[in-house]
This record gives sequence, C-alpha cells and structure tokens, in this order.
Amino acid sequence: MAKKSITININGTPRSGEVEDRLLLVHFIRDDCALTGTHIGCDSTHCGACTVLLDGTAVKSCTVLAVQADGREVSTIEGMEGAALHPLQEGFFEEHGLQCGFCTPGMIMSAKHLLDNNPKPNEEEIRCGISGNLCRCTGYQNIVKSVQYASNKIQESESVGGE
Amino acid sequence: MIPGTFDYHSPDTLDEAIKLLNDLGEDAKVLAGGHSLLPMMKWRLAEPTHLVDISRLSDLDYIKEENGYLCLGAMVTESALENSELIAAKYPILKDTSEVIADPLVRNLASVGGNIAHGDPANDHPATMLALNAIVVVCGPNGSKREINIDDFFLGPLWTALQDNEILTEIKIPIPKQYSGGCYIKLERKVGDYAIAACAATLDFENGQCISAGIGLTNVGPTPVRASDSQNMLVGTDVSDEIIEKASVLASETSQPVGDHRGSEEYKRGVVKTLTERAIMKAKNRALGGN
Ligand SMILES: Cc1cc2nc3c(=O)[nH]c(=O)nc-3n(C[C@H](O)[C@H](O)[C@H](O)COP(=O)(O)OP(=O)(O)OC[C@H]3O[C@@H](n4cnc5c(N)ncnc54)[C@H](O)[C@@H]3O)c2cc1C
Repeated sequence: MAKKSITININGTPRSGEVEDRLLLVHFIRDDCALTGTHIGCDSTHCGACTVLLDGTAVKSCTVLAVQADGREVSTIEGMEGAALHPLQEGFFEEHGLQCGFCTPGMIMSAKHLLDNNPKPNEEEIRCGISGNLCRCTGYQNIVKSVQYASNKIQESESVGGE
Repeated sequence: MIPGTFDYHSPDTLDEAIKLLNDLGEDAKVLAGGHSLLPMMKWRLAEPTHLVDISRLSDLDYIKEENGYLCLGAMVTESALENSELIAAKYPILKDTSEVIADPLVRNLASVGGNIAHGDPANDHPATMLALNAIVVVCGPNGSKREINIDDFFLGPLWTALQDNEILTEIKIPIPKQYSGGCYIKLERKVGDYAIAACAATLDFENGQCISAGIGLTNVGPTPVRASDSQNMLVGTDVSDEIIEKASVLASETSQPVGDHRGSEEYKRGVVKTLTERAIMKAKNRALGGN
C-alpha cells in the first residue's frame, strides 16, 4: 500500500507522519494528530463540519487528501483561542450561536475565512459565507448574530489598538 | 468513507504531469480540485490506481486577456472567478455561473478546468462555455497542443474529447464586442445542489440588430445542450419580447430532460422555457447597457 511521509503545519506546529496516499486530511487531523475539534458529519462534502483553513482558505477537509496538504499550513478550531477566546468563539458564546455544537467548529472556521476577507460583512454576505455549513439546531439566526458580534468586536479592538 | 488505494503523484511541471499520465496509462487520473473526483472515489464510482495532482502547477492559474481572448488557466478556482474584477466588469456571465456552483467552501478548491473536463452535464460551466463559444486548449505528450472547439468537446455523460494522456490547460473565450451581453440563470432546490435546469445566454448586437447568439442549457440532456434553433430565431432581429418568447419555446423543445428526483420531464421543460426567457432578456439588457 502506497505511503508517503508528510509534514503539515497545524496551528503553528509541524506535524509529521507516514500516511497512506488515500488518507483524508480530516482523518490525519483527528486520528494522527488527535485534534478532534474538527468534526466529520456527512463525509460527502455537503455539511461543512470538517471545515479547516488550508493556507488561510476555508475547505472541507473530508475532500482533501492529507498528501495534498503536505508542506502547507492548516488551521483548526483548536488554533483559534489565544490568550483569550477568539472574538468568533466569544460571539457564539454570547449570542447562543450553538445548541448541540456539532457544526460549530466548521461554522467558526468558515466565518474566520469570511471575516479575514471581508471584515464588515452585511447579513446577506454572512449567510452566503456560511452557506456551505449545515446547522440542524439553530435556524442560523443566532449564528449570523454571532458572526456580527465578532465582526464588531474585531473592529472595536482594532480602532482602540490604532489610537 | 475512504477512497480505494492508489498512488499519489505530485509533479512539479506540466511536462512531467503529462509524461506520468502517458506512462501510467488509463488507470491514472488527473487530480485538480478533487471535488468531483474524490467524492466519486469514496463511492467507488471511480477507482483510479494513480492520481496525478496538477493543483501545485502554478502555471495553470491565471485570468488574463491576450490576443483577442480571455484566457483562463485550468486551475483557476471558482472563488477566483467570482472575485475577479475583470470578470465582474466584462464577463458577468462567468460570475453568474461560478456564484451558483456548489457552496463557497467547495468553490475555494473546485477548478474551472475540472468543471469542464469532468464532462458532467449537470456541471454549470459547460453550458456557459457553449454560449460563449469557448475553445478548450489541451496539452499532450512530446509538447503537443491542440485546440478543441467547445461544440466538439462533450461526447456523453462524463465523456469528453480529452485523451487519457492529455491535460486541459486553458479555456479561451473571445473578448466580447462593444454591444455584447451574457447571463446565466440556474434553478436549484437548495444551495449546493446541481441544477434542475439552467440557461446560459449571450447576445451580440450591431445597429440594434442581433448579429449572433449563444444559448446553452445545463442538466437537460446527456451532454450540455446548445439550443441552435433558439439561437437562429434571435439572429437578425431586435430581440423583441415576442421573439424571446418564441426562442424560449424552441429551447424547451430542444432540451432532452429526463424525469427524476428534481422534477418530471414536463416540469423541467417548463423550467427551461422560463429560464431561457429570463436569461435572454437579461443578456439583452446587459448588451445594450442596462443591468
Ligand atoms: C457538494 C458539492 C456540490 C457541487 N455542486 C456543483 C454545482 O452546483 N455545479 C457544478 O458545476 N459543480 C458542482 N460541484 C462540482 C465541483 O464544482 C467540482 O469540483 C468541479 O466540477 C470539478 O472540478 P475539480 O477541480 O474539483 O476537479 P476534479 O474533481 O479534480 O476532477 C474532475 C474530473 O476531471 C478531470 N480533470 C480535472 N481537471 C483536469 C484537467 N485540467 N485536465 C484533464 N482532466 C482534468 C479529473 O481527472 C476528473 O476526472 C459540486 C461538488 C460538490 C462536492
């Protein structure tokens, strides 16, 4: 069975492994690196629970081979918290952006990609930005509010920092 | 779900990639964005024993105008098309199309070349490329290169004019004339779904008369469908509402939908008529300076 040695920089830490060519990135993250915050939902590229950032771009890690990510940077939900919760995490907490929580890691990574590219999205842009992520609990309303909360919070802290 | 076993190859150059395909034969497949191929491999609908990854070939990723054509490198992602200023300003039909493909996460990896090379009549770019009279540029062994007219490219479901040892490298689209406009309209059940049906329309005007028209239809036949009768109806006229109505009836008659979970044949023919009508109308507005 074909195997390759790969090194993927995950949340700033290089992670190496001998992997089968067919290993999916999501399995490398969860099983080889024990970072189980990234979830597997539908396994068929629909639900977005497995969303991570690959070189800063949000992708569904159930549809990327681990070997394709060799030498590249991956960010997962575990990398979001610094000294304090990331504004997105805080937003989901404050605005009740989750109920069961299964979709949340993927939702947050998609929202991160959105805010990185469009710091002040309007409601429609937020809804479009998370349209590759399915939530079966919230009806999306509070998720939208959570992203708005984070967007405002990031703006505020930047304007304070800039003074 | 995990794909079957295969050997992964990540060549550094296009020539190397083509050589690999040539040496490995029909059991090898090109891996672009992987968003059609990997799902099929998980379902065991495809079981290639070698994958040749072309996503790291930086020379296939460009959007530029050159020698009278818009040239799209095969690895341009749907997101890149969606966000390109050049595309938004001069080729809104391509923005219309990429925006309705799958969802934003899929679009971050899915490539325009893959969307065409896959040969799936449910994919959205093929109909657009028919309407735009695109040319598909393909590279093969020993530096060979050929240009395939889009009308000769799609041969059947998941079957194109590409040979096993060839790579689609570029799509060329004639730069629009002064009074040209195009538009793509798709009806889908929900975000991320393939089309129930969709219509791509392009129109060129001169002195208020339509001098050429392109109508392409998605997911209503074994290949993307060019509605030639409908195009002919438009050319030489001022594209009045009455003519548009007639042309959309013809498009509906030309389409070959099959009833399935997305609707009955009759329903889909109705959808084709309505979408064609709307697409022509919008293309006309865009051509003549409106929105
Ligand atoms: C959930 C989901 C929803 C989707 N919805 C839509 C939709 O609404 N509309 C739509 O159009 N598409 C849709 N897609 C398909 C998606 O856009 C595909 O990714 C795209 O059609 C194929 O591009 P790719 O780069 O991923 O190609 P891949 O999956 O890598 O390749 C597809 C096929 O083309 C071949 N190939 C790819 N590139 C080349 C090349 N340059 N030269 C030669 N052969 C090549 C491969 O060998 C393979 O056989 C959806 C996909 C998913 C997962």
